[in-house]
Amino acid sequence: MTETLPMAGAPANANTVGLTKNDYRGFPSTLCQGCGHNSISNQIVSALYEMSVLPEDVIKFSGIGCSSKSPTYFMNRSFGFNSLHGRMPSIATGALFGDAHMKGIGVSGDGDSASIGMGQFKHAMRRNVNMVYIVENNGVYGLTKGQFSATAEKGLHLKKQGDNPYMPVDICMEALISNATFVARSFAGNPKQVKEILKAAYAHKGIAVLDIISPCVTFNNQENAYHSYAWGKDHEEPLHEISYIAPRSEIMLEQEMNEGDIREVAMHDGSTVILKNLEKGYDPTNRYQALHALEEAQQNNWLLTGIIYVNTTKPALTDIYNLADTPLNRLTEADLRPERAMIDKVNALMF
Amino acid sequence: MTKIVNDFSITVGTKNGSGSSTANNTILRAIFKMGIPVSGKNLFPSNIQGLPTWYTIRVNKDGFIGRTETNDIVIAMNPDSFSRDLASVTPGGAFFHADDIKQPVTRGDVAVYPMPIKAIVKNDPNIPTDYRDLVGNMVYVGVLAQMIGMDFDKILAALTFHFKGKQKPIDMNFNALKAGADWAKANLEKKDPFHLEPMDKTEGMIMADGNTAAALGSIFGGVQFAGWYPITPATSLAEALNDYLPILRKREDGKHTYAVVQAEDELAALGMAIGAGWAGLRAMTSTSGPGLSLMTEFAGLAYYAEVPVVIWDVQRIGPSTGLPTRTSQGDLSFTYFIGHGDSHSVILLPGDVYECFEFGWKSFDVAERLQTPVFVLSDLDMGMNQWMSRPFDYPEAPMDRGKVLWEKDLEEIKGNWGRYLDKDGDALTYRTLPGNKHPLSSYFTRGTGHDEHAKYTEDSGVYIKNMERLARKQIAAKQYVPPPVLHGNPKASIGIIAYGSTENAIFEAQKQLEKEHGIQSEFLRVRAVPFTKEVDEFIERHDQIFVVEMNRDSQMLQILYTEYPQYATKFKAVAYHDGLPAAAKWIREGILEKHGGQKAASSKQPRAKKTASKAAAKPRVRKEAGGASTKKSAGKSKRK
Repeated sequence: MTETLPMAGAPANANTVGLTKNDYRGFPSTLCQGCGHNSISNQIVSALYEMSVLPEDVIKFSGIGCSSKSPTYFMNRSFGFNSLHGRMPSIATGALFGDAHMKGIGVSGDGDSASIGMGQFKHAMRRNVNMVYIVENNGVYGLTKGQFSATAEKGLHLKKQGDNPYMPVDICMEALISNATFVARSFAGNPKQVKEILKAAYAHKGIAVLDIISPCVTFNNQENAYHSYAWGKDHEEPLHEISYIAPRSEIMLEQEMNEGDIREVAMHDGSTVILKNLEKGYDPTNRYQALHALEEAQQNNWLLTGIIYVNTTKPALTDIYNLADTPLNRLTEADLRPERAMIDKVNALMF
Repeated sequence: MTKIVNDFSITVGTKNGSGSSTANNTILRAIFKMGIPVSGKNLFPSNIQGLPTWYTIRVNKDGFIGRTETNDIVIAMNPDSFSRDLASVTPGGAFFHADDIKQPVTRGDVAVYPMPIKAIVKNDPNIPTDYRDLVGNMVYVGVLAQMIGMDFDKILAALTFHFKGKQKPIDMNFNALKAGADWAKANLEKKDPFHLEPMDKTEGMIMADGNTAAALGSIFGGVQFAGWYPITPATSLAEALNDYLPILRKREDGKHTYAVVQAEDELAALGMAIGAGWAGLRAMTSTSGPGLSLMTEFAGLAYYAEVPVVIWDVQRIGPSTGLPTRTSQGDLSFTYFIGHGDSHSVILLPGDVYECFEFGWKSFDVAERLQTPVFVLSDLDMGMNQWMSRPFDYPEAPMDRGKVLWEKDLEEIKGNWGRYLDKDGDALTYRTLPGNKHPLSSYFTRGTGHDEHAKYTEDSGVYIKNMERLARKQIAAKQYVPPPVLHGNPKASIGIIAYGSTENAIFEAQKQLEKEHGIQSEFLRVRAVPFTKEVDEFIERHDQIFVVEMNRDSQMLQILYTEYPQYATKFKAVAYHDGLPAAAKWIREGILEKHGGQKAASSKQPRAKKTASKAAAKPRVRKEAGGASTKKSAGKSKRK
C-alpha cells in the first residue's frame, strides 16, 4: 500500500490529481530480468500517471501465466482480479457492471488469450467490454517452461519442443474480425510507442486490444524468432507515429510531426490521438484497410505496429444496458427490492 | 357403477410440437380453479417436433398430487404411441382417442370414446385452415370437460389467462372446445366412473412453475446481475428474469438497476456472475448438470477467493448429456464437493415452488453473508411444471449484505483492514468493493495462495490457517441456511429423510404405510447442506432412517454417512432414477423392502458405538428377522 494519499498536499512532481508516479507503481516484479512484460508494466505506470488517472477508477484483470502475474507489478492502489487461465474476459465483463464508471486494464498472454481463452477473448470483443485488453505476446508458455503457444510461428524451433508444425494465430486479426473497436500492435522494445498506444487505448470507450510483442528472454529470444527483441527491432514497420494529447490540452506538434500525412482521432474522453502516417494514406477507421494491412504484414513478415483500427462510435457494453447513474454496487435495498405491494401484483400474475 | 369423484389421473399422449401444451394447461388450470387439488407433469422428449410426449394430470381431493403410476383416463392423440397408450389404461378406466387414428382398440375392460376431432374442426368456419391442428387440441379438452364435468367458466378463465386477455385466440380456442363438448353431449354415453365436483381446497392458492418462482424470488432478493447460457431445463429461469425484471424493477428515470447477459457458454456465465459478485452486485447464474460441470473451475475460484454468487442448478438426469428432459436429483454429491482441492459447498434445497421463490431471495443473503458460492438445487419437475402453491410471501427479513467496508468505514478504522483477516473470529472476513475511493480500499483477488491481506504467498502455515478458516466457515454457514421441515409423528421409530420435489410423493407414501401397513414415520425434509442441528436431533431420535432420493447412488445418503459416521448403520437407501417425478409407489415399496420392523429403542446404544471409519466405509444393512410388514422383501433385505 502506498503511503501517499491524494489529500497529502501536492508534491512537486504531482500530476493533476495530486499523485506522484510512485502512486502508480506495484510490487517488485518476480518475472525474469529483461522480460518484455516488465517494460510494459513500467509503461502502464507512466501512461496512467501522465494521464492523471485516479488508481481507484481502474480495475486490473488477468488470467494465468507470466503475463497475468504482472498486474501485481503496477497500480497497487487499484483493485485487481487475477482470475483463471483464459477466463479474464468473463470476470472483467461481470465486474465492470459493479461500477460502470470504472475502466478495466487487463493483462493476458498469448497462451491465455489465443488458446484456452480464445472463446472468451472473442466474445469480449463483440460485447465491447470497456477495458484495455493487453496481450503480452511472446509465442511461448513461460511458466511451464517453454512450450509453443498458438501465436508461435510455423517452424519455430524450441529447445525441448522441436519445430512448431502449426500456423500461428494473429491476435489483431482475431480481434478485428470479432468486431473489436480498437486494435493495436506494439513491441515491448519500443516503449515510447507502447506508452502512447496505452494512453490512446485507455481513452477509448469500449474494448481496446493491444497485441504487444513482448519477448521471453528465457525461452524464446533467439535472433530468428518472431517474438524476439532482435527480430522485432529488425522487422518493426510502424504504421505511424503516435501522440496522445490529453483533453483540454493545446495540440502542439513537434516540428517533424507537422510535416506529413497527419490524422487526428477524437477520443471519447475529449482527448485526441494524433497519428502521423508513415504508411501513406493509412486510415485506421477503415476496417477493410486494417484487415488488408494485417494480411500484407503477414505476407511480408513485417512486425506491423501502431493503431491498426479504431472505431469511436460504438457504445461500450455497460452503455447498452442503460444503467442507473449511481454505480450498481452502491444501490441499496430501497433501489433493489420491489415494494411490499408488488408481491400481491406478482401473485396475481400467476394463475 | 360407483362414482369416483376428484381422485383420478389423466394422461394425454400427443406429438411433441403439436401445440398441446395450451390444451393441457387449460385442463390443469380449470380443475385448479374448481378448487380441486391437482398437479400436471409434462413428460417430453429432447426434440422440437414429432416425438411422442405425454402430459399427466393428477386430481386428488386429499391433496396428494405427486405423480401416480396409474392412468385412469388416457387421451390418445398420437398414432405413434397409440397402442402403448391404450395398454397403459387402468382396467375400468377411460380411453379417448382421435378417430382418425385407424388402429385396433383391443381392450374390453375400459370405456372407449372415439372423438371425431378433425371433422369437428373442419366443420367450424371460424377456424382458419392453418390453425386446425392447434385448435384441434381444444376439441379433446371439450370432450373431456363434458364427460368428467369440468366447469366451463373456469375453462374460459384459464384461456383468458393463457392468452393474456386477447379476445381473438380466446374465442377461437373456446369455441372449438365448446364444439367438442357439444358433440360429446349429443353423442357419447358416460361409461366410466370419473367425475369432477367443485371443492374449496385451492382457494387463495396460486399456480406457478419453479423456474418462474425462482426468478421472481431472485428479483425480490435484489438480483443485479445474471449471466446465463441456454440449457434445458433451466432456460426458463433466466427468461423469466428477462420477463419480470422490467416490470418489477421499473424506475421513474427509466434506468436499469440490473443486467442480464446471455454468455457464450457456462464457463463465461459463471465467470461473469463471479466478476459481478466480486464487484458487489447480487449476482447469479442458472444452469443444469452439464452446465454445472463446465462451471466447476469457476466454482472453485469463488470458494477459495470467497466471492458471493448464487448458482441455480435445475437438475436433469445425467451422466453426461443423459436424458436431457427427464428429472433427477443426481447433482447433489457433485455440487457438494465441486472443484479440485479441498472444498465443500453451501447448498439450498427448495422443496416446492413456494420455496423456489423464498430461496430466490434468501440465497443472496446467505451468499453475501458467507462470501461464498451458494448452490440452489431445483429439478426439472419443480422447475418446468405448473404447481399449486400458497402465494409468495414478501421477504420477511431485510437484505443481509454481509461485511462490506465503504469509505467512511475505512476512515473510522484508519484503513486498518485485511481482506482475509478474521477480525471477528467468526471465519467471516471483511471485503471492499471496486469503486471505493479510499486509497487503502483496494486488494488483489486471486485463486492462488494468499495471506490475510490478499497478497500472494506459498507459505505453508498461512495456507493451512486460511484453509482451516474456510472449514470453520462451513460450520458458521449452519446458522444462516434454512432449517429442515418436519412432518409426521416424532415418536415413530422410522424416519424418512428426503429433499426437493419428492415431498408430495413422500406424504402419500407415509399415509399408505400407516393405513395399509401400520407403519408410522416421521419425515424430515432437508433444505440445506451443511446440516443444521435439527437434522442431528432427527437422526439421533430415529432407529431406522430411510433416505429417499431420485438418483442411483444415494447421494444424500453418502453425505449423511460422511457427516454422521456414528449413525451410519441407521440409514437405508430408497433411491430411484427413472427420470420421472417421484411417485409414492416406489417410495412405499422401497421402504417396505428394507424396513426392519419396529425395533426397541434400547438397540440404539450399541449401534451408535461403532467406530466412525468402519461404519462409513461399509454401511451395513442389518439382517432382520421377520418384520410383519415386509412379506415382499423376505430374502431381499440383504441387498443395499
